[in-house]
Order: sequence, then C-alpha cells, then structure tokens
Amino acid sequence: MEIYEGAPDSKGYYGPYGGRFVPETLMPGLEELEKAYRAAVDDPEFQRELEHYLQHYVGRPSPLYFAEGLTAHCGGAQVYLKREDLNHTGAHKINNTIGQILLARRMGKRRVIAETGAGQHGVATATAAALFGFDCAVYMGEEDIRRQSPNVFRMRLLGAEVIPVSTGSKTLKDAMNEAIRDWVTNVRDTYYLIGSVAGPHPYPLMVRQFQSVIGVEAKRQVLEQTGRLPGHIVACVGGGSNAMGIFYPFLNEAGVNLVGVEAAGRGVDTGEHAATLGLGSPGVLHGALSYVLQSEDGQIQCAHSISAGLDYPGVGPEHSYLKDSGRVIYTSATDAEALEAFGLLCRTDGIIPALESAHALAEAIKLAPSLPRENIILVNLSGRGDKDIPAVAGDAGVYV
Amino acid sequence: MSKITECLENMRRTGKKGLIPFITAGDPDLAGTVEIAKRLAFAGADLVELGIPFSDPVADGPVIQQASGRALKSGTTLQGILEAVREIKKDCSMPLILMGYYNQIYKYGLRRFTCDAAKAGVSGLIVPDLPHEECGPLREEAILAGLDLIPLVAPTTTNPRLEKITAGACGFIYCVSVTGVTGTREQMGTDLENFTGRVRRYTSLPLAVGFGIAGPEQAAQTAKLCDAVVVGSAIVKIIAEYNDVSSAGPAVEKLVSQIRGTLDGLQYTRPK
Repeated sequence: MEIYEGAPDSKGYYGPYGGRFVPETLMPGLEELEKAYRAAVDDPEFQRELEHYLQHYVGRPSPLYFAEGLTAHCGGAQVYLKREDLNHTGAHKINNTIGQILLARRMGKRRVIAETGAGQHGVATATAAALFGFDCAVYMGEEDIRRQSPNVFRMRLLGAEVIPVSTGSKTLKDAMNEAIRDWVTNVRDTYYLIGSVAGPHPYPLMVRQFQSVIGVEAKRQVLEQTGRLPGHIVACVGGGSNAMGIFYPFLNEAGVNLVGVEAAGRGVDTGEHAATLGLGSPGVLHGALSYVLQSEDGQIQCAHSISAGLDYPGVGPEHSYLKDSGRVIYTSATDAEALEAFGLLCRTDGIIPALESAHALAEAIKLAPSLPRENIILVNLSGRGDKDIPAVAGDAGVYV
Repeated sequence: MSKITECLENMRRTGKKGLIPFITAGDPDLAGTVEIAKRLAFAGADLVELGIPFSDPVADGPVIQQASGRALKSGTTLQGILEAVREIKKDCSMPLILMGYYNQIYKYGLRRFTCDAAKAGVSGLIVPDLPHEECGPLREEAILAGLDLIPLVAPTTTNPRLEKITAGACGFIYCVSVTGVTGTREQMGTDLENFTGRVRRYTSLPLAVGFGIAGPEQAAQTAKLCDAVVVGSAIVKIIAEYNDVSSAGPAVEKLVSQIRGTLDGLQYTRPK
C-alpha cells in the first residue's frame, strides 16, 4: 500500500489522528488488549475459528447483488449492493463483534460491555455474548431507546442488560461516555467491545481489520461478476466502521473513487446534522484525536440525524486522515434524502434498507444518472431497515 | 523547585499534610467560584484545584458531571475561568491548579493556553484524559510557561509504567485511589497502602491521593499514606445542595476546616 503503508504507526496514529486519550487507569488495559490482538491475528487457530463463525453463524460471504430496479430507475451507472443486511442480526456489526468476542475469550474476560446508537451494534454484541456465554451490558441513550424499540427488546431477549443513558443528548455519544466510565471501573474483568473504528488505539485498527472482510469479499465478487473494479464505492459514515470495512481493500486502487456519506440531518446549514468531517474540526473525543463537532470553547456539540447509527459528533481517526489526504471524498445526505432513498429501494428492488445505509443509497442515486452505463457504483448496504419501521411509519403519520 | 512542590515540601518539613480541595469552576457561576475559593484558602487549603467544565467528562462520576452541567449552563468558558483565577489570586497566595479534559486545551491552543494560564496565576495542570504517552506536546509548553503538568497514576498502573511516568515528573504525583471515576465512596481502596508504597519506590516527589475521599475521617486515614489529600465530590455535593453561594460558602468552609483540623491533629509519620 503506497500512501497508507504503516498506518497506524506504533502509537496508533493515522497521520496526525488517533492515539490514546484515556485516563491512566485504562492504559494498562489497552496495552494488554493490543498485545492480545496482535498475537491473535498472527495465530492461524484464531483465524480458523473466526472464519468458521463468519461462514456458518453470520452467513458469509454476503451476496453482491446487481440492483436492476434501482439502476433502471436512475438511468446511468450500474448500482451493485453489498448485502451486509443479509448477515445474521441484520447488519455488518456482527463481523466485528464475533472477532472481538473471540479475542475477549482468549483474554479470559467474562463480561462484555458495549455502547449502541441504532441498536445494531448492541444486538450484535448481545448475540455474540449469548453465543459464547458472556455477561453483557449495553449502554444506550434514552432518545435512541425511544426510536429503536425493536432492537431494545431484541437485546433483552438475548439476555443482555440494556442500561438507559439520560445524560447529555441521550444518544450514542453519551452512551459511549457511560460505557467508558463502566470500563474505567471494571477494567480488570470486563472487555469493552467498541462497535466502530473510533475510540483509543487499537480499536480503530481492530475494527477495521474485522470489518475489512466486507471489502475483501466485494472485490472478489465484483471481479467475478463483471470482470472489473467499480468506479465508485459509496458507504455511510457515522463512526465509520462499514465504510472502513469496504474501503480498506480498495485504498490503493487508484481508479476506484471512494465516497463516504455523512448524515446532513435537517441540512448542513441548519446546525442540526452529523456532518463531522464536513463541518467539524480536529479535537479529542472518546479516546482519539479526530474531527469532532465542537463549539469555539471546545465543548462537544450534539449531532442530529434521523438515523440513530449516524447521530454522532465524532468519527474514526482513519477517516480524518483519509479526508485530509483526499483519498476519500466525504459528502452528506439529509434526513429527507435518506427517507426518499429508503422508500425507493423498497419499491425498485424489494429491499428495505437501514436508514443509515439509505444515506449511502441517496448519494448513489445522485451519482448514477451522471455516469455512463458501463460504470459501476458499489454501495455498501450495511444493514436492513426492519428496526426503522416504527420511526419511518411515525414520520409518515402511521402508527405501527 | 516549582511553587507547588515547594508548598508541599514545606509542609513535609514542618510535619503537616497537604489539603487540596477541588471545585468545578463556574458552579454555580464564576463569581461563586471566586467567593468559594477564597473561603477554601481561609479554611486552610494548601492548594486549590479548579475543574474546567466539559460536556463529556468520562473520568467523572455523577456529582462532578452534574457540576460541569451547571457550570456550562451558567455560560462558563475557559477565558472566563482564567479571569476568575486572576480575581482569586488578588487575595490568595495558595497555588492554583486547573484540571480539565484535553479537548478544550487542544482547541484553545496548547501554547496560547499555557501562556494565558501562567499569566493569570495558575501554577499547575491536571489533564485526566492525557496519559503519559500523549502528554509530550502539552508538557513541553507547560515547562516553557513555568507550569507543572501533574501526572496521574492509578492502582492498575504497572511498575514499568510507574517508572516511565514518574521520571521527569514535576509538582506532585496524583495517585487515583480507586479503579473508577471520581466520587465519594464508603470505603477507600483496601490496597491503597500497597499502591502508594509502589509509587513511593519510584519518586521522591510529594504524593497526593484523590478520588473517593468523603470527609475528615477518610482524609486523615488516607493522609497517613501520602503527603496530601484531594477532596472533590464531597465539596461539590455541598455546593449542589444549596441554591446560592451565600449559604453554600459557609458550609464548604466548615467541611474544609474540619478536614484541616483532623489532618493537623495527625501524628506526623513520614510516608513509607
């Protein structure tokens, strides 16, 4: 890899971003985690085990599907969907939770904690915990509990304790604060299973590694099906794990344009959005130096998005690096555009996408008509939309 | 020797234990902070820690989280806090330490912050989310400005880390008494003696113990193992209980005087 050789460096930096900005209490735990992670990825037995669960439990490889209906509707480039929505638990999140829980088991931990926004990572963590017999606590903002109630029930069914967080904006940011406080208190026997390419080193590296299975498969599949690489790859970015997962194996394919789509909420000029890379500035949040939405005085600002999974004022440090280097172009889609894309894919291809993934679809829908037919746009359909039915119905004035 | 070390060394020589109260700057407002800080000095504080309120204080328990919330609601900014420091320093000679999360200092600008803080009369900085590996840039600026960047160590800190952290440290070593966030506890960590003993092997700087000290009795117990104690949440709780500083002030002063009295009543034992 040319320009990305060695990222992150030994201190967990991607250019100027990343690092480990956590209380000293956690530093020995992070050192232990990094050591265990590096030993695991070098261990063929760990890799075999991971592959086993990804294939037989998660259902990988996930299909790469040519979206005929959407392509015909847009006119122009062909749209392909990487169907992470078809994974067990309905999103890409499980790729990472299986990897990390196998690691937690190797480290002899018995309890896992997680933060969740949309609930997808919480469900994936609760699932992995049930599978491997771990105690599990999931921190979730009260606002997110309200708008993602199916996932809250799902986590409880799976035996996890869902702990409501009532501080701050009552969303993902605050859930992560509370999870970090739990970890500071219980670091000796608890494994903190972070769901995005955010947090202190080695989390951004680890989560990228476990999610890059998406891009590795997609590359093979698109070559098999079409004989060439896509001109564009589009993925939504909250913390940025599904985007890193699909981008990473393509970073050095110069002909492939990579596009990250943030949530523009009610509009980037309304102050109610989650366009961290678009409108934020470098700062430190949740253990890493990266772009954040913040005030002049360095207070973290509340994000807004209709999609709970993108409603986050931070972003993984590698995305900040990829933005500054220009390798990835970051754009945004509003709540309204995402809702429209959500409805469109339901009708054109019979697929109900997650509201998060609908942001990536919205960008593809804008892009496709301007490109020739032989061009391929690969969209990471990171999750399915069942969890969003109550929210989308509510938006349309229907009670379900 | 820095002003902070000098202050604690003097106490060590005269056989006294240091008392370091913590309050969140701007809780309930900055005028109140100036008033309470003066009362802390009067009650016998040797150093005072002023917390910079932050929207996302991950090292803090509910009491200080809420204090941060109140302070931000009253419109507290970093610039305003430095003004308040200037006010306090007009009447009090005790060294002041600012305790704040790294993002605000980073956003303000490391050099601009250390220069402005030193000019306002600040003597030291504590940054709970800036571990040894990341503190280089701020430490460089702090040294240039004549501020002590005080390191924190925790019960989970391994001996090799203690060695790295204490080498070249200045001011004092802040020993976090428990594996956890700030807040009073019914009992101090049981292995505190073992922990402070471990730290002592690596440094001759004064040791201050904080997190969890609820009142005079725990302060006295803890002080046997170190050179100074930090009392935060117990004081902040009092400020939260009263609606106005005119009644919170005397109550805070009373608690701190009591702690002072208990500490001064201790038979001096040189920390092991």
